[in-house]
Amino acid sequence: MQERKPLLTVNNLKQYFKISKKFTVKAVDGVNFEIYPGETYGLVGESGSGKSTIGRSIIRLYEPTAGEILFNGTNISGKLSAKDTKYLRTKMQMIFQDPMACLNPRKKVIDIIAQGLDIHHLYKSKEERKEKVYQILDMVGLSSEHANRYPHQFSGGQRQRIGIARALIMDPDLIIADEAISALDVSIQAQVVNLMKDIQKKTNTAFLFIAHDLSMVKYISDRIGVLHLGHLVETGTTEEIFSNPIHPYTKSLLSAIPQPDPISEKKRVALSFDYATSGIDYHKGANHLIDGTHYVLATESELATWTK
Amino acid sequence: MEREKVLSIKNLSISFKTSAGEVNVIRGLDLSLHKGETIAIVGESGSGKSVTMKAAMGILSNNGKINSGSIDFTYYRGEEVVHQDLLKLSKKEMRKHINGKRIAMVFQDPMTSLNPTMTIGAQIMEGMIYHFKTKKKEAYEKAVELLELVGITDPEKRMKNYPHQLSGGMRQRIVIAISLACNPELLICDEPTTALDVTIQAKILELIKDIQLKTGISVIYITHDLGVVAKIADYVAVMYAGKIVERGTVDEVFYEPKHPYTWGLLSAMPDLNSTESELYTIPGSPPNLLHKMDRDAFAIRNIYALNIDLKEEPPMFKVSDTHYAATWLLHENAPKVDMPIELRKRIDTMLKGVN
Repeated sequence: MQERKPLLTVNNLKQYFKISKKFTVKAVDGVNFEIYPGETYGLVGESGSGKSTIGRSIIRLYEPTAGEILFNGTNISGKLSAKDTKYLRTKMQMIFQDPMACLNPRKKVIDIIAQGLDIHHLYKSKEERKEKVYQILDMVGLSSEHANRYPHQFSGGQRQRIGIARALIMDPDLIIADEAISALDVSIQAQVVNLMKDIQKKTNTAFLFIAHDLSMVKYISDRIGVLHLGHLVETGTTEEIFSNPIHPYTKSLLSAIPQPDPISEKKRVALSFDYATSGIDYHKGANHLIDGTHYVLATESELATWTK
Repeated sequence: MEREKVLSIKNLSISFKTSAGEVNVIRGLDLSLHKGETIAIVGESGSGKSVTMKAAMGILSNNGKINSGSIDFTYYRGEEVVHQDLLKLSKKEMRKHINGKRIAMVFQDPMTSLNPTMTIGAQIMEGMIYHFKTKKKEAYEKAVELLELVGITDPEKRMKNYPHQLSGGMRQRIVIAISLACNPELLICDEPTTALDVTIQAKILELIKDIQLKTGISVIYITHDLGVVAKIADYVAVMYAGKIVERGTVDEVFYEPKHPYTWGLLSAMPDLNSTESELYTIPGSPPNLLHKMDRDAFAIRNIYALNIDLKEEPPMFKVSDTHYAATWLLHENAPKVDMPIELRKRIDTMLKGVN
């Protein structure tokens, strides 16, 4: 198992945004993680913790300030050659949060989905292009007759399927799903999540799943990274994080998940965690191995008190 | 204890004129709310949760038409008890007597419901000055008190802040403070925490409960998140295609659900304790309400559907004094059908965990 070569390696990624001469926002401040082929890595944290920024830096919608990103052995963090850009733009794809805003309302579904193919000249004839789109539509649970419609003719769940189809048609190795199901309601969420799992089984695509809904993340992810204020405070397999959370922030996140169980829900009090008053300095901490793949960002003394 | 009715909606029916024809969004809805209680309305998007509450506030969009029904609202004017059918009031009267003063509403997105050009202090004071002609100084003091109530530190400093200077959770607290400014009898929360993340959501929910304990306000809570419902509600009404298909106390609806749609909703929630590899989904999609519905709207998506479901719409069957469900499965001649095994197991483990 441990011999596997990671698909994506993120080393000490930093993403700063300069607001003014004196003020720089450190959205992501030294994050390390790896994603292996065919697995789902869940990235959770509150709004403003830098989850989306990480996703966007990896796919190069932002220029990373520092750090190294290796994708299938290719360094994609510095200046990109034309060849690397092409590789990155085909093999890594993104699904966005708002399925209405990310689809061009003036284009037909077939043209939206085939846009990537058009740009990279990945078909020989019009027929082949059509055939490819129909195949993908079928895969995401839509039918070929949907191809000639416009996005507004679809419901929210169907639109998100189109977004997934658009990402899948490039046959990517990694899909970054940035809050891809947060805007959908419960029963539709379940449909989309099942679809993503199915696809993963068939195509062995890896997912970076960014979300704040921990119950869904638990359900879909193999491994989880908990992000707070630009630092990865705890990472490990889903099992390790949920059964043995160490960091107080992880604990507070887990305690806040609402459950459909009125009796225990009425008694439950969410733990709160306030960075300013907790006395923890993320810059001082180092990654400590708990066991297996479970790491916690802490200093020696902090770790000792948390694990007591 | 005598329960006082605050809001009682009877046989409400609303349709919208669209280019495709008339869409029957609400099809005969009954709902009542008592003083100091919280009722949660759950359902998929498009089931008519928000439309119902907009009708109660008199803020339906212009192509909306109320075909029948009444929304009776009971409130106190000084000592005198007033019963008023809100649908009979004009828009002007609604704004003068009801909106913000007696019934306040908290919307989903705290950024768009606040005015970006006014300080939050001015926005909290605005309602009091308009409705009660409160002196500015008094209003200021009340506003500071309210900010403290909703858990904002340094309230006097915050009074001068603009919305963009605050975080999402803080903004939603401000919206709640504004809605409480005139001591309303009824607070309607339309998915107030959907845009916020879990930790802040937990804090806002606790805040609303806390305020309810202190002020005795009645709350209607619209959401599609059943976890939230379990935390906050006393009563639950499950809506589907413009109708309430099941209602009861939280315990009844969560532990003894009777309607197949409620079973579906509960099963679709990911369970933290389960290791199942596939999430349950409700097959199909909600019906198109353009067409007149003379059968059970859920029948085509319902694997437990009986023949009669395709012919006639089920009435509300009584399960207990507080628990009702609209499904033919509860009819005395119906075959005995129990909820799916997985759900039964999940509920049993939940109940066991409590004892």
